[in-house]
Amino acid sequence: MNKERTRVLIVDDEEIVRESLSGWLEKDGYTVETAEDGPTAVDKVNRATWSVMLIDMKMPGMDGLQVLDRVKQIQPNVTAVIMTAFATVDTAVSAMKLGAYDYLVKPFDPEELSMMMEKIVAQQALVRENVILRRALKREFRFRDLVSKSTAMQQVFNLARTAARSQSTILVLGESGTGKELMARAIHSESPRAGGPFVAVSCAALTESLLESELFGHERGSFTGAFQRHKGKFEAAQHGTLFLDEIGDIGPKLQADLLRVLEEKKIQRVGGTETLDVDVRIIAATNRDLAKAVADGSFREDLYYRLNVIPVVLPPLRERREDIPLLVDHLLEQLSVETERRIEGVSHEAMALLMNHAWPGNVRELRNVLERAVVVAAGSVIQATDLGLHKPDAAAPEESIATLESVERRHIAHVLEQTGGNVTQAARILDIDRVTLYNKIKKYHLRETETA
Amino acid sequence: MAAIYLWWIGADAADRDLLEQVRQQVGRTFEAPAVLWDDPSRPTGTYDTRRGQHSSTQILRWLAAHQPPGAMKTLAITDVDLFIPVLTFVYGEAQLGGRAAVVSMARLGDGTARVSPAMVSARLVKEAVHELGHTFGLTHCGSERCVMTRSVNMAGVDRKAAVLCADCRTVYRDRLLEGYDQ
Repeated sequence: MNKERTRVLIVDDEEIVRESLSGWLEKDGYTVETAEDGPTAVDKVNRATWSVMLIDMKMPGMDGLQVLDRVKQIQPNVTAVIMTAFATVDTAVSAMKLGAYDYLVKPFDPEELSMMMEKIVAQQALVRENVILRRALKREFRFRDLVSKSTAMQQVFNLARTAARSQSTILVLGESGTGKELMARAIHSESPRAGGPFVAVSCAALTESLLESELFGHERGSFTGAFQRHKGKFEAAQHGTLFLDEIGDIGPKLQADLLRVLEEKKIQRVGGTETLDVDVRIIAATNRDLAKAVADGSFREDLYYRLNVIPVVLPPLRERREDIPLLVDHLLEQLSVETERRIEGVSHEAMALLMNHAWPGNVRELRNVLERAVVVAAGSVIQATDLGLHKPDAAAPEESIATLESVERRHIAHVLEQTGGNVTQAARILDIDRVTLYNKIKKYHLRETETA
Repeated sequence: MAAIYLWWIGADAADRDLLEQVRQQVGRTFEAPAVLWDDPSRPTGTYDTRRGQHSSTQILRWLAAHQPPGAMKTLAITDVDLFIPVLTFVYGEAQLGGRAAVVSMARLGDGTARVSPAMVSARLVKEAVHELGHTFGLTHCGSERCVMTRSVNMAGVDRKAAVLCADCRTVYRDRLLEGYDQ
């Protein structure tokens, strides 16, 4: 308990009440101030943070309930206690509905007051402890803006941290909405290049010729509309990181150009003759199966191996459902700031719905759902109806009737696929030893499946 | 060092033996001269007819304005029941870091044989030292045995000793250096 940290504001129109009550609480070690009416109290709440407010119910002008209402809008976390000599169930209920912690019927026993204050101090200490623990937990479970406590993602974070320190090219793989760009930004900011620029280019958004000009720049007059010299993204990312999103969508010419840059670390602007040295670290990302694209000839094998020096595979949200509560908490914190709405969390029913959704759009979809919910929610807690998600059909998506063994089989097959059949790496990701993994591969006939 | 004055302002006649016990313990605890002040003046306008009690805050106001000449601190002792407006009763009240304090005997015994006069006097001594402690800037102590622990019932009063704990004694001596005995 830390009473000195507990700042108490007493709001009462009677001077003798303010004087005697503040004297009583000061002797207990609390830091106390007083206000003689509602407007003065609101002004003090606007100017400083209070832990506890003792508010008289009956005051001229603004009464206690009106003060409470205003105060809760300014400082929702303040613990407010209503003091009333006119105790009725109605006023007590009204005060509690407005967020009062408790009410005291004047005159109250010294014991009642001291016990209540001690309870408040203890509760606030717990809240503070909880905030500190949650922050510590978040620090433990995050890699910059990526939040996860799942074993698979923690291993991805560890790999990404190690990769960040190297100069190697990194290929970030994962479905849409899994946070590939966030991962690239996190790697950049943890790398020795953090002081340099991070430049992101979406390779799917432009035609091949425009993308070429965008990446390498162009000289004046090199093509119709090129009125002046334009520096490309490679130059813009000098001494930093160039993030090439949706790399799987680039055409054969650009694939060749990119391969040359990666090997020679030199570029030429479109229409130019000058060769420029570039010191840029490439992080590429795609949601496409590049190995398959190589197999069918649509993506150069040499470029694939040049990009895929360190593959970082982001699992889809449906495979790390334990992260959903953590992500909801994190995203609501962000959205509360962005929308200037105070959202405390989601109801149990809403959380159950979020946990059961398939999330084909991954974390991005979750963010969009929550953003909508924050806008439409009537109160400070998001209800299931605010989410705009349908309850899982009782007649059964496959997920809900899958056996534990079938889920395990699919998951192991997926991890093996991601590691290119590397059992040691897969065992590390799955957090089991190699012998156990070999036994499961045998049990589920996964080698036969692969070779079939 | 100036003296601490003890002033009987009760409705009935003073119990001199009782006041003498308080005087001796106050002198010992605060290592200062403590004297009994005989003055028939009594605070007026402190009685609340609706509650049938006296406002301790009003008494302190009166006492602050009627300090005996040369008094470092003045403790008023009374047999009337005291209250502050929001509380049902108080055993006493003091100006934190000020000059005036008041303590009441009204609730220190319940009038039965279970509570002996010796027990009442022991309780009064503790509450007198406690309230005077506040005038030296001491706040409530977390130690259950220290005289500066807050007591909201008789059991609490009986549990504590009549002396300052080591921590409060240190704070008290610091307060003297800060001029709380002026």
